[in-house]
Amino acid sequence: MALELTAARPYPALLDLPWSTPLEEWPEEILAALPRGISRHVVRFVRVEGRVMAVKEIKADIARREYGMLRMLRRLGQPAVEPVGVVAGRTTMAGEPLDACLLTRHLQFSLPYRAMLSQTLKPDTAQRLIDALAVLLVRLHLSGFWWGDVSLSNTLFKRNAGEFAAYLVDAETGELHDRLSTGQREHDLDIARVNIAGELMDLQAGGLIGEEVEPIEVSEQIMTRYRTLWEELTKTERFETGDRWRVDERIRRLNDLGFDVGELDITTDIGGTEIQIQPKVVDAGHHRRRLLRLTGLDVEDNQARRLLNDLDAYRAATDRQNDDEELVAYDWLTKIYEPVTRTVPASMRAKLEPAEIFHEVLEHRWYLSEKQGHDVAIEDAIVDYVDTVLPTKPDEKAVVGVDTESIPVRARTD
Amino acid sequence: MATVTYDQATRVYPGAETPAVDALDIAIEDGEFLVLVGPSGCGKSTSLRMLAGLEEVNGGRILIGDRDVTDLSPKDRDVAMVFQNYALYPHMSVADNMGFALKIAGTPKAEIRSRVLEAAKILDLEPFLERKPKALSGGQRQRVAMGRAIVRSPQVFLMDEPLSNLDAKLRVQTRTQIASLQRRLGVTTVYVTHDQTEAMTMGDRVAVLKDGILQQCDTPRRMYDHPDNVFVAGFIGSPAMNLLDVPVADGGVKLGSVVHPVERGALSGAGQRVTLGVRPEDLALNTDGQGIPVEVDVVEELGADAYVYGHTTVDDDQLQMIARVDGRTPPEKGSTVYFTPKEGHVHLFDPESGARLGD
Repeated sequence: MALELTAARPYPALLDLPWSTPLEEWPEEILAALPRGISRHVVRFVRVEGRVMAVKEIKADIARREYGMLRMLRRLGQPAVEPVGVVAGRTTMAGEPLDACLLTRHLQFSLPYRAMLSQTLKPDTAQRLIDALAVLLVRLHLSGFWWGDVSLSNTLFKRNAGEFAAYLVDAETGELHDRLSTGQREHDLDIARVNIAGELMDLQAGGLIGEEVEPIEVSEQIMTRYRTLWEELTKTERFETGDRWRVDERIRRLNDLGFDVGELDITTDIGGTEIQIQPKVVDAGHHRRRLLRLTGLDVEDNQARRLLNDLDAYRAATDRQNDDEELVAYDWLTKIYEPVTRTVPASMRAKLEPAEIFHEVLEHRWYLSEKQGHDVAIEDAIVDYVDTVLPTKPDEKAVVGVDTESIPVRARTD
Repeated sequence: MATVTYDQATRVYPGAETPAVDALDIAIEDGEFLVLVGPSGCGKSTSLRMLAGLEEVNGGRILIGDRDVTDLSPKDRDVAMVFQNYALYPHMSVADNMGFALKIAGTPKAEIRSRVLEAAKILDLEPFLERKPKALSGGQRQRVAMGRAIVRSPQVFLMDEPLSNLDAKLRVQTRTQIASLQRRLGVTTVYVTHDQTEAMTMGDRVAVLKDGILQQCDTPRRMYDHPDNVFVAGFIGSPAMNLLDVPVADGGVKLGSVVHPVERGALSGAGQRVTLGVRPEDLALNTDGQGIPVEVDVVEELGADAYVYGHTTVDDDQLQMIARVDGRTPPEKGSTVYFTPKEGHVHLFDPESGARLGD
């Protein structure tokens, strides 16, 4: 059978990869790193036309299904890895059939949880990963996506102004419905809890995280975090007709959580004395969209919030409350944000994304100001940051190699 | 252990005009292995998920034992979805890989140990309990994954196309393992597949669904020998049953030049024509040129047997025919041969409703 490539965008260099060799035996020189993580399948990272791509070997029908599912999730604006294509019809030189391969683009500056946790960052890193995963799960569930295999392994994390933003990596078991039943959501949560506990226990057994982490306690937090957020986003509120300000307040509360209200169901009772509101459609990315509109910068939501706060501070400091927001934003971008992020020497640009660096510089300025007992200018803060802080950070632009390995249950004939 | 009862269970998706599962009635016995099978979109997965608590039930009830679980959340049903997660943890021992879910559930350590040991015995994994998964063979790793479900000792195992991502060879191997394991454990199991061979080889009973409606629920043998309607007749069996539209004659049905005798009772409800079904192994070559004329397209030689793939012409329509013949003297490709059904091995169906005629 002829090699069959399904791809949204053609990458001619894809055809040069050794498709007639089982993925496990691909030569090291074409791999971007020796990857691993817990996976049911063989997964490798390769460099194609200057991009890092993940290649997963699975049966053709499953590969095509997952490819379609990832495309659908991207179209729905969900945070998921970008599918590149499916290569099917593979055979060895001897004519033996090989499984198909699903290709996805590696998410720049993202990190697998194992890398995050074993870097021994702040002690509450595990907690913050769970928080990010809870937000992801709520977003997916709101869009009608049932994951079926929620786990830290199936998620990638990006820095998000000190917090993390989670991206779905594996949609193999996923299903898209019009709306999820409570049972489906609960099942996903249960899967998440068991997987997270297992993953943390495994890291502990391997000595990669300390004994002070309580895998079961941490894993249970996915349930509480998820439920709190779900409730806040979807609950119905009732109040007297006179209290209309509560509609605004609800919207503001959702905005604070990083969500926008796309549709709000407002009903009054027959007597007209009581109003009931329930958000029908909520979209994540409130701050992100606002920043994008004002400055053209596309960053994670918390980073956007941080940048917007600085923009507001700049506006107040320059006494331009009456000017057009867009004009002030343009000045802030060219006079503050870009000079700061451009100060980072090229040799250190693979360490963190510009928006995360900006966030860290703001933190650093606060720290310096407190130490010196007076305000430190951001221009001085960035210089000190680049001298003292940034060099100690690892490169995170393309972290794909982690010191673990895949244990495919999919047996060969041994 | 428990029985499972679908009592007029119905699932209608919002906005859909017809139910995805329509008034399903199945009583599954304690310890039984029931397979739900049918083509894509038939409602088999939805039926399983209704039992798991993942799909709402819009009408009727579902019982596990005597307990009505229709409105219970998945985790309160004491069922286990098997094989949803194959991942094994590399740093944990086999014992921990099998038992960690119990730890999460707060089961006391001593009990975890004894349940893991018990499961390991059943799965022939006892000597490997302290090893890491890496040191195991593929088949052993798969048994560890099964062990994760077994130690929970649920009342019902649920499996939704668990073999779909395995290659053909491993699929057959694992199929046998699951079936024999289920018999040793005696846990009521509901298994979903689209593959009728898998259904027939694994199930104590098989339930065939189409368009959300249960067509037949029987033992594999009964299903094969006595399909209730023309859909089941065509769906169960590989190669498939030959189905021909034939005229009714005095004392039987007319097949080409001969009248194949059929019991009078079988034809009492029939009109001018019936759908005749005959399995490939129930056709005999007729050397006198009597019966159904078949032009041979392909002969598939399997050693002892050979399958003849050909076609016959009925009212200008070409119908595919498959027959099993003696492997030593197969007919030649391109020749025309005649087949007659073996006595007592034909199935008759109403050409309109598709329902079985006669017994």
